[in-house]
Order: sequence, then structure tokens, then C-alpha cells
Amino acid sequence: MGKVLVVTSGKGGVGKTTSTAALGAALARGGENVAVIDFDVGLRNLDLVMGAERRVVFDLINVVQGDAKLAQALIRDKRIDTLSLLPASQTRDKDALTIEGVDKVIAELREKFDWVICDSPAGIERGALLAMRNADLAVVVTNPEVSSVRDSDRIIGMLDSKTLRAEKGERIDKHLLVTRYDAARAARNEMLKVDDVLEILSIPLLGIIPESEEVLKASNIGSPVTLNNPNSAPSRAYFDAAKRLKGESVDVVIPMERTGIIGRLFGRRVA
Amino acid sequence: MNLFELFRKKSTAPVARDRLQVLLAHERSVIGKSDMLATLQEEILAVIAKHITVDRDAVQIKLDRGATVSTLEIDVEVPLNATKSARPPSGTSARAPA
Repeated sequence: MGKVLVVTSGKGGVGKTTSTAALGAALARGGENVAVIDFDVGLRNLDLVMGAERRVVFDLINVVQGDAKLAQALIRDKRIDTLSLLPASQTRDKDALTIEGVDKVIAELREKFDWVICDSPAGIERGALLAMRNADLAVVVTNPEVSSVRDSDRIIGMLDSKTLRAEKGERIDKHLLVTRYDAARAARNEMLKVDDVLEILSIPLLGIIPESEEVLKASNIGSPVTLNNPNSAPSRAYFDAAKRLKGESVDVVIPMERTGIIGRLFGRRVA
Repeated sequence: MNLFELFRKKSTAPVARDRLQVLLAHERSVIGKSDMLATLQEEILAVIAKHITVDRDAVQIKLDRGATVSTLEIDVEVPLNATKSARPPSGTSARAPA
């Protein structure tokens, strides 16, 4: 039985899709069997970020409504054969997603994969709730910025009340992934420090992804950053985060771009 | 940047942290009972409408969130001859004040 992970944030544009693709590819590269699902019906982008936009035939709604088999809709990654994508529908009405249909698809994916990673839409509406509903664990993506932190706090509250696990009185593991972090600005007190965000949100830290040009370069060409440039600073941070998801204990450091000067590494403990 | 500028420069991140801490402490206590105040407002309006005919626009509701207490201020403008004998459905226009 695989694990279901939701990548969520409340706020848009903080890096949910980037992180879903990067973590999915990192886990798959490590030998895990991974499916990534786009829940952003009408505004799908995971296919584009992963470079599969021209291979989409069927989507999540087709499967939910029984118009296509799951195996027909899953797109296997051309670079890593243990990585599959289930795209969202770009044209259908998002009300076509039913609770029962989503539960059934997730149950089927759970049988076939080690990891089922749900890329949540922004917001706290139906789509975001459906994306988190079946999750065993959650990655809360947060930028070190006031509106993102506030929205993350709200999403954490929903994870604790609106998921199936919460309804059954079980715990859902929540992990904080701080993205677009600039250690130099944080040191100058121009940006919230990771410790500040951790103190405010009080969930364990999964990783710190540094602000980097590599992320845009990778999405430009349709490749998860962890595949496009595995040695770049954000990729190393994502690979470490993927190891922690698997339960490995890895010290949290803020990877620096290798510029010739030896990067400073700030040691940090994972909670 | 010299040392002088370093001290003169206003650091903004601690302000962000403090604002978030105050805001979220409040939001966490409110969410869950989330729409308590909105519900309260609706119920108070319904009670008032049972007895007098009031224009919804004549009801002012103000919420002030303080550090330790919040106040809910409800200001109802009651027309002189607004007392109801019969009960028309709420939302119908009020009789003109005398």
C-alpha cells in the first residue's frame, strides 16, 4: 500500500507544482514507484512543468467519470520509468470531480504505487479539499513572506479538520517546505528566517529550497528541476527532502550555488 | 555597506514575524467557530425583525479586535412607528418613519 501525499499551500504561486514535480522525480530516481496527480482542474500545469503537455489524452475527470481506465490516463515519464503523471482536465467543469470518484481513483493508485503525490490547487475551496482528502501526509509549501505564512496556517488548520484521517480522529503528518529562501536576505533581517516560520507554524521542517534561477530554467524546458540539474542547489535540497519523506534522517542545510567560494552551510535539525 | 548604514537600516523581518504572531493567534481562535460573529449578527437581526420593522441598512455592526478583548457593537436605528402588529416577511420595505 502506497502513501498518499498532498502538496498544498493555500496561497498560489509559492511552488506547489514545482515541488510536486521535483519531489516526485527525486523519489522516483531513488527507485520508488511514484504517481503525481494534478488536482487543479481548469488550470492544469503539472503536465507542462513535467514536459508531458503533448502526451495528454485522458485526464483525472475522465477516470473519475469512468470514460477512461486509470492505466489509459497515466502518462509514464520518458526520463524515469517509475514516474507517472495523472493530468487534470483543462476544459471540464471542476464540479465533475466527485468525492466518491476521487476516493476510488486514489485507492486504485495506492495499490499500484509507493507514492501518490497530489498537487493541490491554490485556495481553500473544493479542489484543495479534494486534493488533501485522502492524504496520509502533507507537504505545506511556504514562502518566507507574510501572506504565504498566513495562508499556510489556514491550510494546516484544514488538514487537521477536513481530511479523512482527521475525520477518523487520526493524525496527518504535516511537513513544512520553505521555498524561495534567500539566506543572505534573511541574515540581513529583510526576510523571515526559517526559524521564524517554524515557530509560527509549528510543524516539522522538511526542507529549505533556496531561491534559484535553476527552477525557472527547468520549467522552461519542461523538466523537474531535480532531473534537469540534479547538482544545483534547489535540486540538492529537494533530494534531501525526498529522503526525509522516506524516513531517512538528513541534516537540514541550505544548499548554496557552487560559485567557487565554498558555500556556507547552516546546520539545522529536523524536528 | 558600512557599519553606520547597517545600524540605520530598518530591519523589516522582525516586524513581519511580530505581525504574523499577533494575527494568527487571533485567527486560530476565531476559525473553527469561524462565522460565529456573522451568525450572531444574522440571529440578532432576525430577533429584531420579529418585533420591529427595520431596514437592514439601518443596522450598523462593528467589530473591534483588541489584544485581550474584542467588542461587537450593534447599532440599530429604530423608526418611530416601526412596531409590528402583523409580521410581514423580513426584507419587505419598512413603513416610512413619522
